Amino acid sequence: MKLAIVGAGAVGRSVAELAGEYGHDVVGVADSTGAALGDPLDVAAAFERKSETGTVGDERHDDLLGADYDVLVEATPTTLGDAEPGFSNAVAALDRDRHVVLANKGPVAERYDEIRAAARDSAGELRFEATVGGAIPAVRTVEDFGPSRVERVRGVLNGTANFVLSRMAAEGLSYDHVLAEAQELGVAEADPTFDVDGTDAALKGVIVANVLREARGEEALSLADAEVAGIEKLPVSALSLAGDDGRTVRLIAEASPDGVRVGPRLVPQNGTLAVTGTQNIVQVETAHAGRLNLSGHGAGGPETASAVLSDVGRLSPR
Amino acid sequence: MSRQDGVTTHTLRLELTDEPGELRAALEPIAENGGNLLSVFHERGNLTPGGRIPVEVAIDCPAGRFDDVIEGLREEGVTVVAADEEYYGEAFRVLLTGHLVDTDLSATLREIESASTVSVEELSLSAPDGVEAVSSAYLRLGARSGERGAALARVREIADAKGLTVVEPLEAGS
Repeated sequence: MKLAIVGAGAVGRSVAELAGEYGHDVVGVADSTGAALGDPLDVAAAFERKSETGTVGDERHDDLLGADYDVLVEATPTTLGDAEPGFSNAVAALDRDRHVVLANKGPVAERYDEIRAAARDSAGELRFEATVGGAIPAVRTVEDFGPSRVERVRGVLNGTANFVLSRMAAEGLSYDHVLAEAQELGVAEADPTFDVDGTDAALKGVIVANVLREARGEEALSLADAEVAGIEKLPVSALSLAGDDGRTVRLIAEASPDGVRVGPRLVPQNGTLAVTGTQNIVQVETAHAGRLNLSGHGAGGPETASAVLSDVGRLSPR
Repeated sequence: MSRQDGVTTHTLRLELTDEPGELRAALEPIAENGGNLLSVFHERGNLTPGGRIPVEVAIDCPAGRFDDVIEGLREEGVTVVAADEEYYGEAFRVLLTGHLVDTDLSATLREIESASTVSVEELSLSAPDGVEAVSSAYLRLGARSGERGAALARVREIADAKGLTVVEPLEAGS
């Protein structure tokens, strides 16, 4: 397959670098300033140019969107509300009967019904495994069981928040201290607001809820429909009291066809959901097969890129 | 749970025959023995295998009078199935954090218990930075079987009104 990649951050770059190993060609990469095209594109040269000049190339975005590719990989940063520019990039590709693989959560969290409608009208397909749980095949697992036979999905879907909570509990260190440490280690971004206030986990929960609701003929939800609480106000004393009783606190996202809730929850200290560090876990409750637990890396360039490339591998040949 | 004024809260599970006036007759001995009725719970349509009606009541009464209440009920011919036992069928834990002391923790606990479907069974408080700073309380609560969700909603409501944060347990089976 020929891939065009919009977004040249950690995920977009990893997709470009790993595509060859999966048997695909990259024919274009765009960052926020410009684009580089080629058939195939010299990926290494494009990223070398980006590190020297700040951009992968000086071609226009529209030329990338109009290029001869089979799959558009949308890996621009997630935006809330109108989910732009990710939404329009994806629709532009679908309108040209091209496949779209999203790493960007915005279009499926904020405008699910619209993007699904665009995909229905297209000969291209839409996939978005990488938007939930990074390398963990959460969406695929739900699809395999059949979303109508999945009753609920819950889990730890934000590695930054989980790192902070597990460090606070293990070391008795304050929230501010651990967050600063996480930033130093590169586990937390310079602005970790969406990670610690529950927004990021809620977006992932909404995406899963939308898959469950679509299978039941229900309208899609958006972030505004989710009940969201974060971990910012949690004192270390709360974690130590819970620890005295064999419990700990995790930021848990719960998605069902009825809605989405995200917030700190008491869980057994040695229980399945109490993953440590930046690990994520997804629990899938099925109608006939009980519960499945899937844990792994929920973020990171190569990890998320592997989910993107798995999606590419599942697309129908063009 | 015992309080400073010496009044204690108790729960009783009764079984009544399906006859008019039976409930009123059953409740009279409570008042006669100094008890104050807090709530009566009857799940409509729910009958015992013997065709009787199970009713659960919560009462306040002066410390030491509870046995008199039970005796009074039995004298009246009321079947007392359980007193202060197995009633709070579901124990669960919640964390409360925030300005617990400034917002009057005792009053908060009383409010939680006044919902009458909830009892505070155990409390640990941690205020390592002093009572005026943010502190945490770990509560073990009891709720009537099947009413955990409602009990949690009530705790959330009370905490919201006081600007406290609630860390809830996950649903059973987690």
